Amino acid sequence: MLTKTSFQGKLEKTEDLFIPFLVAGDPTPSMTIAFALRLQQQGADVLELGVPYSDPLADGPTIQLAARRALDAGMSLRKAIELVPQLRKHGLTIPVVIFTYYNPVLRLGHDQFFELLEENGVEGVLIPDLPFEESEEIRGQAESKDIEFISLVAPNSEQRIKQIAENAKGFLYCVSTLGVTGGENKMTGESLAFIKKVKEYSPVPVAVGFGVSTNEDVKIVREHADGVIIGSKIIRLIENELDKINSGEKSGALKSFSNSIAELVK
Amino acid sequence: MLQVFPDVKGRFGDFGGKYVPETLMGPLQELEDALDQAMEDQAFHDEYHHVLEEYAGRPTALTYADKISDYLGGAKIYLKREDLNHTGAHKLNNAIGQALLAKRMGKEKIIAETGAGQHGVASATVAAKFGLKCKVFMGEEDIRRQELNVFRMKLLGAEVVSVSSGNGTLKDATNEAIRYWVANCEDHFYLIGSVVGPHPYPRMVRDFQRVIGDESKKQFLEVEQELPNRIYACVGGGSNAMGMFYPFLEDDAELIGVEAAGRGIDTPEHAATLTKGAPGVIHGSLTYLMQDDNGQITEPYSISAGLDYPGIGPEHAHLFQTKRVRYESITDKEALDALRLLTEREGIIPAIETAHALAQAFKEAGSMSKDETILINLSGRGDKDMATLMEHFEEEV
Repeated sequence: MLTKTSFQGKLEKTEDLFIPFLVAGDPTPSMTIAFALRLQQQGADVLELGVPYSDPLADGPTIQLAARRALDAGMSLRKAIELVPQLRKHGLTIPVVIFTYYNPVLRLGHDQFFELLEENGVEGVLIPDLPFEESEEIRGQAESKDIEFISLVAPNSEQRIKQIAENAKGFLYCVSTLGVTGGENKMTGESLAFIKKVKEYSPVPVAVGFGVSTNEDVKIVREHADGVIIGSKIIRLIENELDKINSGEKSGALKSFSNSIAELVK
Repeated sequence: MLQVFPDVKGRFGDFGGKYVPETLMGPLQELEDALDQAMEDQAFHDEYHHVLEEYAGRPTALTYADKISDYLGGAKIYLKREDLNHTGAHKLNNAIGQALLAKRMGKEKIIAETGAGQHGVASATVAAKFGLKCKVFMGEEDIRRQELNVFRMKLLGAEVVSVSSGNGTLKDATNEAIRYWVANCEDHFYLIGSVVGPHPYPRMVRDFQRVIGDESKKQFLEVEQELPNRIYACVGGGSNAMGMFYPFLEDDAELIGVEAAGRGIDTPEHAATLTKGAPGVIHGSLTYLMQDDNGQITEPYSISAGLDYPGIGPEHAHLFQTKRVRYESITDKEALDALRLLTEREGIIPAIETAHALAQAFKEAGSMSKDETILINLSGRGDKDMATLMEHFEEEV
């Protein structure tokens, strides 16, 4: 039974969650706002806003390229966080999780990072290269600011699954297969058993990500988990629209993006 | 006691740790458990030292560089001859240790990253020797710069994977090797070439390289009856330096690590991580690295592909912070001048990486007294650098 309210009470649903991922500033900050609003229209429950990084160890080629595009356009951790009030201004109401690698956070300093998150009304934070053992301080800081620190759990987390899951906040990010983002999703009997085990321990919704790229994948995940996280596939849908965006056909690009998302999560 | 580092969390003081995606925490624990068991097993040590002796050709010589010492007119200069190690550099010591561990763990496939190609060649060599499958990740720019070593690896039966992300150098090759390992960790062993990466790698690589310092200490005491006053080693990731320094950490010898200043530390083109970088996380470890104000990792530059790395081993960061080791930096030009000097006076052509350590030592030797002594880790030979040296010296030679 999931009992905790999450994201400062802004997320009431505890199942059938759709959690899309965008790279902030890919290809421009204003397009990120437009894409985020379309995702909300298509039923997104939480937005993962990715901060582009020079050396994204957990990401495959799709997100690496998106990060490169965004960095070349001048995006940074600070600017990504400051994009959140802009998103709100344009009508985004769902909770936002800032997804960032650890080095930019360290460079900014923990205190300043959390001040920025608080000032800009960010509800959650996810740091993929800060495992449970290294995150004690930051989890404490997040809790004191009422910001959800999202943890990840993987099929080979083994005896650590219980500890990670029991301490999960917001939602628990379940990495379905070993590998980097954007690979193939191989939902085997083993991965379903793993999700079931994670759900037993987790007080918050369990969402599955990594390699979810077709409507079929989405349906299988929905059946077994509380939520689905889609990253690389959404970036590829944006890539498909880059030509249109660059030639000024913004509304056509957004329309075709929305249709693809609707098809993906129907 | 300095030797208690790293602690149980893999920390050297403030540095080190495991800053990796969750999917690597399991494989790192498996590695740590296997390493701990191996290190407590005398049979493992015996096998490692046996291979070092009868295959790699250890112990390597300690050479008194009398001509250079006379020429500089100060301290007596000794060279620890890792260039005489099989495959031409210190890299093989570590590759042998990790390959034996991989076999012990039942992993038949190894992956490795390489910059200059020396660690790639060492990995391909031990793979051939121990019957393992080997895949080497190498940046496309480095593949172009180090054609000869690429061919050597292929001849040894390894697959060389070209990495085009980033600038196509060592940092990018390491990223790609880690990504590949994440997806294939069940049956692959990742053989890291330096004292970098997440715990337990910095400790493991140091322990497989400390043979350099252990041998040096014994050899030095035999010829000089006392320890050297100063010990120099070049530092990219820092494995030859860590291997040399570690057994001397509790002695009086002054230890000097030499980074690459490239075209100068006041230009953006250098690889002087400790001199100019700031603390941060790279390749799974908290250490010093070269980065911009937003925490994005920046691209280093050095004439030597082996020092062209934006990070440094976490134990070096600790030794820098505690001031146990003094870190200096040497430009491309100073390194090339030192390389020429050693070649002409001693008949030894060192690797360009090594020439950085030589240059710093030569700078200081003249102002030391004749009864003082210097030990330089001659980490590798210059055969691999002929194409680069030809570009710089052909007209003069």
